[in-house]
Amino acid sequence: MMSEIVIHTENLTRKFGDFVAVNTISFDVKAGEIFGFLGANGAGKTTAMKILCGLLSPTSGVASVAGFDVYKENEQIKENIGYMSQKFSLYENLTVRENIRFFGGIYGIDRKSLKVKSEELIQRLGLGLEADKLVGSLPLGWKQKISFSVAILHNPKVVFLDEPTGGVDPITRRQFWDMIYEASAKGITVFVTTHYMDEAEYCDRVSIMVDGAIAAMGKPSELKKQFAVENMDGVFLQLARGAKRSE
Amino acid sequence: MKVFFAFVKKEFWHVIRDKRSLIILIGLPIVMMLLFGFALTSEVKNSNIAILDFSKDQATKTLVERIDQSQYFTVNKYLDSENEMEGVFRKGQARLVLIFPQNFENDLSKDKKTQLRLVADASDPNTANITINYASAIIRDYQNELNENKKLPYTIEMETRMLYNPQLKSSYNFVPGVMTLIMMLLGAMMTSVSIVKEKEMGTMEILLVSPMKPIMVLVSKAVPYMVLCFLDIILILLMAVYILEMPIQGSLVLLLAESLLFIITTLSLGLLISVNVNSQQVAMFISLVALLMPSLIFSGFMFPIENMPLPLQVMSNLIPTKWYYSIVKAIMVKGLSFEFVLKQTLILAGMTVFFLTIAIKKFKINLEA
Amino acid sequence: MSSISIKNITKTYEKGKVLALDNISLEVKSGELFGLIGPDGAGKTTLFRILTTLLVADQGQATVAGLDVVKNLWDIRKIVGYMPGKFSLYQDLSIEENLNFFATVFNTSVEENFHLIEDIYVQIEPFKKRLAGKLSGGMKQKLALCCALIHQPKVLFLDEPTTGVDPVSRKEFWDMLDRLKTRAITILVSTPYMDQASRCDRIALIQKGKILDIDTLQNIISKNTQLLLAVKGEQRFRLLNDIRAYEDTLTCFAFGEENHVVLKSGREKVDFLSKYLAEKKHKGVEIKPIEPNIEDTFIKLMLESENTQ
Repeated sequence: MMSEIVIHTENLTRKFGDFVAVNTISFDVKAGEIFGFLGANGAGKTTAMKILCGLLSPTSGVASVAGFDVYKENEQIKENIGYMSQKFSLYENLTVRENIRFFGGIYGIDRKSLKVKSEELIQRLGLGLEADKLVGSLPLGWKQKISFSVAILHNPKVVFLDEPTGGVDPITRRQFWDMIYEASAKGITVFVTTHYMDEAEYCDRVSIMVDGAIAAMGKPSELKKQFAVENMDGVFLQLARGAKRSE
Repeated sequence: MKVFFAFVKKEFWHVIRDKRSLIILIGLPIVMMLLFGFALTSEVKNSNIAILDFSKDQATKTLVERIDQSQYFTVNKYLDSENEMEGVFRKGQARLVLIFPQNFENDLSKDKKTQLRLVADASDPNTANITINYASAIIRDYQNELNENKKLPYTIEMETRMLYNPQLKSSYNFVPGVMTLIMMLLGAMMTSVSIVKEKEMGTMEILLVSPMKPIMVLVSKAVPYMVLCFLDIILILLMAVYILEMPIQGSLVLLLAESLLFIITTLSLGLLISVNVNSQQVAMFISLVALLMPSLIFSGFMFPIENMPLPLQVMSNLIPTKWYYSIVKAIMVKGLSFEFVLKQTLILAGMTVFFLTIAIKKFKINLEA
Repeated sequence: MSSISIKNITKTYEKGKVLALDNISLEVKSGELFGLIGPDGAGKTTLFRILTTLLVADQGQATVAGLDVVKNLWDIRKIVGYMPGKFSLYQDLSIEENLNFFATVFNTSVEENFHLIEDIYVQIEPFKKRLAGKLSGGMKQKLALCCALIHQPKVLFLDEPTTGVDPVSRKEFWDMLDRLKTRAITILVSTPYMDQASRCDRIALIQKGKILDIDTLQNIISKNTQLLLAVKGEQRFRLLNDIRAYEDTLTCFAFGEENHVVLKSGREKVDFLSKYLAEKKHKGVEIKPIEPNIEDTFIKLMLESENTQ
């Protein structure tokens, strides 16, 4: 059941002039997998992610997301992915319900099912009383939960998360990971980029980019064993210390 | 003092490195001067005029020749009846029709009194107004000459607006106007935006947690813009004198001194805005809507204040630009000396002190709302 | 001797509607590297702003280097260094220009106190002509630290200095703070990331405007005598839900690949849990008792604090 490949890259390369931002990276991510995409500032993470989201064309190599080619089928890719970043998530001056309806509409959910879906979501998150409050007045933890739910409202094949749990308290963070696990159990692939290695520990598999290339890839437990360190921070420090370039 | 200079230096770096503000500072005055000077000129040249002459005597002939020879008009058509007038206007063959009654010369020499009608195509009221003014000026000149020859104390007041603008040049009107608007725009908007930028970027937070006194922050922000605005004034005056050939009638020193005062007024307005708002967008919006719009309307530059309803006339007194505009016109165009602009100067100075006091009082020494 | 002393500080926003700090008391010793640790919205920045004279508390007193934060405002502004949470230098000025400007603002020169910033500055010196806006996150933090240090402050306030910085730069930053400690500068630093607590001499855990505990990291953790189990299995999400549904489970939270479980009954019932999970047909289940870490402890203190309310 978990064998379908949702993200596929082979020798994916992107150059900006002489600068090789992404250098022949290859990896596969399966349906329902939680994949951590790590790297220092300037390692090429953002560029790679933009390619996978259909926002940027590669220079060479192969890449497909949800079965669609990143060179030609950008629009189909965009319809089949969700995106959530810690910085931009929801409109603070709209209510919870308005936000859900708005983003659902953007992702092309039709009016009828959007109405049903948004009420369902409000019930599931236990936000019945808060549904008509402005998002700006809610605690950060709630905002993150809502924006994640919104990002997967249209049942995308892949959801991209950019440092999803930065700055929240440990309980809220775990509640958030519960939601990610739930999405993954439903078969949604979760693609996480982060600077925080304890977030990486929650992933099924991680890759670490150094100077545009993938320096290591595997389960967190395997990587820790391989580098003989206690946590992912140790793995990262060993790999990234040799990095030549920073932003 | 060292802190002050460091601050001024820093501020110049900001301006020089920000292409947008550089363009506004240097480009805007140049563009506005050229636009008003050449493109948007309200002068009328070689406008078509039609003549309907029921008299056909020596006097009307001379007058028509004069009009035709002037740079403002070309006599395009002679009409035979008033019925033809509408057709001429419709086809755009003339903007103005000059109608001489029967026995024009006779009446003039015998009764010292005659009538003459000017009919303008007022679909463009501004042009109509101007062509009528021009035409009446030519007619008035002619009448004066006649009077002189016959040594009779006979004068007609026709149009006071041309009193100080014998060549009817529109630059006399717009140069003071452009100076006023540019100063308002740069002084108030750029200063407020630059201070609010420090708040937005969070650098204000660091400056507050430093031994620098608030007044120092304000003054050192204002000084660079004062210098820049002053340079702009000089740039505008140079363009006015050398490109638009508009002489400065009064004292240059007085004009520059008054301009400096007005720059300080606009800077204090900018400071006042900046202490009250927290985002560059709002600062820009307030500068444009709450300052530039009233300045444009109430300075007397675009619309004559005398023609406004009384409440608006009273309101115009609260607008600093009105006073500066009248000062600049008085010095530049009429060549008046300081005592004639004393009242305006005192009003401007009073406003400046008022704005500055509030700005300094309202400047927060911490982040409390 | 206390370098920072906070007594019963309370601060509200929006006319008392939002409680940012709730009766906080705290002492930071001279020369200490003290960490204020808590999530976003806990009140860290508010406390920093009160101590740096940017905000005035509703109630309570605070002194910095013996000076009252309200009465001796201008004296405090001379002797503290402050690095706000957002990168707050002039983006259109170069490294060199920023540093010189802030040195002058604090009535000093770069040369005068160069010894203080030397080992940090040499790392960014090769780029000194580069505009601050074009620097990487790590370099920005280093420049900001240089600017906050240039007037030889007695107390240094660093509000979330390592947020948004990659792990390598983060580690370098903490190493720099270690070296600064030898210069007898008191440092108060805040972070939402628990794993950075180990770099501080003492820490205060803060949540919803309240301090949960103040001590060394070791002491805070050793006070947590709760028996903790790490449970691992193949189907992570199903495992998590099944453990939570188990009648003896008090709390169960995901921790990386494991679940950290506290049982109501304590350790003796571990066997029952493994039997229960076997009944639910979980494969590859491993259960082992573990020492709690700072996040486990923060969660415990959070839950306790919520229950007492």
